[in-house]
Amino acid sequence: MALRFEVLGRFNRARAAQLTLPHFVSQTPLFMPVGTQGTIKGLTTNQLEEIGCQIILGNTYHLELRPGSDLIDELGGLHKFMNWPRALLTDSGGFQMVSLLHLADITEKGVTFQSPVDGKPMLLTPEQSIEIQNRIGADIIMALDDVVKTTITGPRIEEAMYRTLRWIDRCIAAHKRPNEQNLFGIVQGGLDPVLRDICVRGLVDRNLPGYAIGGLAGGEDKDSFWRVVAQCTAALPEDKPRYVMGVGYPLDIVVCSALGADMYDCVYPTRTARFGTALVPEGILKLKQNAMANDVRPIDPTCMCMVCKNYSRAYIHSLVTKDAMGSQLLSYHNLFYMMKLSRDLHASIVEGRFPEFVREFLQNMFPKGDVPEWVCNAMEVAGIDITACCSPFPAPKIGLEALVSPMVQQRFSQKNNHSLLSSINQKLK
Amino acid sequence: MLSILNNLANRALAKTGEREAEAMKFGIKAWRNGGRERVGSLDLVNNNAAIETPALVLTTRKGLPTYISPDLLPSVASPDSCLLQASPLHFLDSASPKTISNIGGLHQLVSLHGYSFTAAPRDSILCLPEYESTNKMGASFETTCGRRLIKPAEYMELVSALNPNLWATLADEVPAWVSEKRNKTSVDRTVRWLDECIALDKVGSRNVLGAIVGGSSIEQRVRCAEEVTRRNVSGYWLGGFGLGETIDERPALLCAVTDILPTERPRQISGLDLPEEVLQGVASGIDLFNSTYIYHLTLGGYALTFPLNRNERRISDEGNDIKINLKATIYRKDTSPIIDDCRCYTCQNHTRAYINHLINVHEMLAQILLEIHNTHHYLGFFRAIREAIKEGEFDLFHENFVQSRHDHMTAVAANS
Ligand SMILES: [Zn+2]
Ligand SMILES: [Zn+2]
Repeated sequence: MALRFEVLGRFNRARAAQLTLPHFVSQTPLFMPVGTQGTIKGLTTNQLEEIGCQIILGNTYHLELRPGSDLIDELGGLHKFMNWPRALLTDSGGFQMVSLLHLADITEKGVTFQSPVDGKPMLLTPEQSIEIQNRIGADIIMALDDVVKTTITGPRIEEAMYRTLRWIDRCIAAHKRPNEQNLFGIVQGGLDPVLRDICVRGLVDRNLPGYAIGGLAGGEDKDSFWRVVAQCTAALPEDKPRYVMGVGYPLDIVVCSALGADMYDCVYPTRTARFGTALVPEGILKLKQNAMANDVRPIDPTCMCMVCKNYSRAYIHSLVTKDAMGSQLLSYHNLFYMMKLSRDLHASIVEGRFPEFVREFLQNMFPKGDVPEWVCNAMEVAGIDITACCSPFPAPKIGLEALVSPMVQQRFSQKNNHSLLSSINQKLK
Repeated sequence: MLSILNNLANRALAKTGEREAEAMKFGIKAWRNGGRERVGSLDLVNNNAAIETPALVLTTRKGLPTYISPDLLPSVASPDSCLLQASPLHFLDSASPKTISNIGGLHQLVSLHGYSFTAAPRDSILCLPEYESTNKMGASFETTCGRRLIKPAEYMELVSALNPNLWATLADEVPAWVSEKRNKTSVDRTVRWLDECIALDKVGSRNVLGAIVGGSSIEQRVRCAEEVTRRNVSGYWLGGFGLGETIDERPALLCAVTDILPTERPRQISGLDLPEEVLQGVASGIDLFNSTYIYHLTLGGYALTFPLNRNERRISDEGNDIKINLKATIYRKDTSPIIDDCRCYTCQNHTRAYINHLINVHEMLAQILLEIHNTHHYLGFFRAIREAIKEGEFDLFHENFVQSRHDHMTAVAANS
């Protein structure tokens, strides 16, 4: 094990921790930007440090394709190759193959796929994935898992979960640098709580340095999403980092952190920047819109980033989707926003004001009180009272008890909604 | 919201007031008897160091370098990198002139305080003169928002909103192959638009560069230059170059113009890009160059590597070429920086192998790093030119440069 995970503060399930990795001491909850090919699109490593990025992701599949892990190894590893002094994480390559290549096929041996270079059939085994990741040299490496779409149901889910468990032993056996790199196992099992439970137990038995919750953020409904996260975080060990893969919407990060997750990654903040969208406390701001053309305000008046301190929406509007500088400046702002969110989550937990932070976050994002139902449900499980952020529900036409859960009723009765609830009850009588 | 607006408005007022008090200052610091090349000092902004000329005016898109974000700009040789070129036509389809003016002009819009801007309609990349559609009403350009006819009034509305440190008047630029008649018309129009622009200038034409055209006719060049020198302008902008004239006929055209111009006012040129062309311009007494060379190098994956010390004839694997193409497979495992002793951000932080990889996988960081290095290096070239002039050795510098290029070309030809 090449990491130390010290919990510095808690609020119910949520925790703030210091994660000491070979190259960097990072603070969780933490968003990790994706630098697929050894660079975050449009930003220099100096800028990434300035923004406060702590761990960057590299995609094994892309890096193996170009420039190749042999070359990266020969030149001293990915840290040196891209001149990034802080921590790195690489994925196993499996997900990229399944999602990017049409002809990927998974067997007990590994993932078979058609080479994008010459079209020949290729095989990525758990052993090879780890070997490649050992050569790339990231602080955290991921086990090869059997990835299935979350929207799929049936026996394939079960097969994939058991295969993922069989493969973890092959990954552990193949891992040659356990004192420099941390191998994380990935919990699979689709949306099935029983399968998820078997997988968590299996992985925890292996005593890995950290655990990821995989197979999410793939189009499943939000209610299923948070329930899987909640189930896994509850069952995973307290003293190990928990990483929810592919999650990058600010709202999802806040909810998952409240449920006890620590790490997140997603291309969303940088990809959406390239399409001209900025992340702001209110949600998103589409800079492309005509209304921005003569708006002299900064993207986010409360943001302290280089872009918001210097530029008007009007100027960014003239750049986005036309000039490289547009996506450079918006990526800078969006990553700054994500790192600020990470720091705020960490600090509010440590300082014992996490519920206040969550409420303020939700009030900014849902000023009309229309907080989605799934968020309300997740927050109840997280033990965070967000009644103040939620507008009263419209009066139900039939059977209040059938439509409003006891917990919601309880929430209604907590704040100023006494009268409303009693009036509904009156009508129903 | 209101306070932000007020704030911006106040800043705008302060800026205009400042500009009112300041006049552009230009002085000659060194020049050689009998030669045209000169070292000058251009003082454009009160709170900024004077810029030594001959100088490179950095190409921008909407006021910022193509890939170098404003926080990285100071890492490129300073104060040399403080002079930027902007085309008012880049702002045709962006914020309205009123909004730009409310924000406080170009310096505020792009947030480059302490930097200086010179403005001219043509940028040689996105905005190109389209002489066939130009008529007596205005000049036509191919722009990012299609072909546009720009009348002096429209141009001046943009100039006045942007409030650059120096601006060139609207010109009818024609390529070298047009008829004598069309060329003559272009001079007539350019002179007329000069008067119109000056008349429309709200701040009393303090920072005007009078546009001089005339194609590849010495007679028309001289006629235009004489007309323009009769006007009250702060300096001169030489247009119509890099539009099909041969490199051999250029020195005579340049000198015919500069010999007429008063020595104590700066001269800017557009359309001379390559180092050899810049040297031709310097030899004719040009002070400011806005060049698209760096832009094209960067897009092509090239990094400038030629020696800047004029006594050094770098002997390396790459021979004596002016640049290397980092796309090439030989750099795949090359862990050295582009240039060992280069002080730029790119060379201080990254290897040729990494840039080679970034180019191969089409990552934007390749262009960012290359633009930084190339800008830094080309600014160094201009510094070397100024030093050579100060030491009275410009001719030698010029000859050596051309000779080493020639030697290299011969060597390449012999080896192939
Ligand atoms: Zn910002
Ligand atoms: Zn350099």
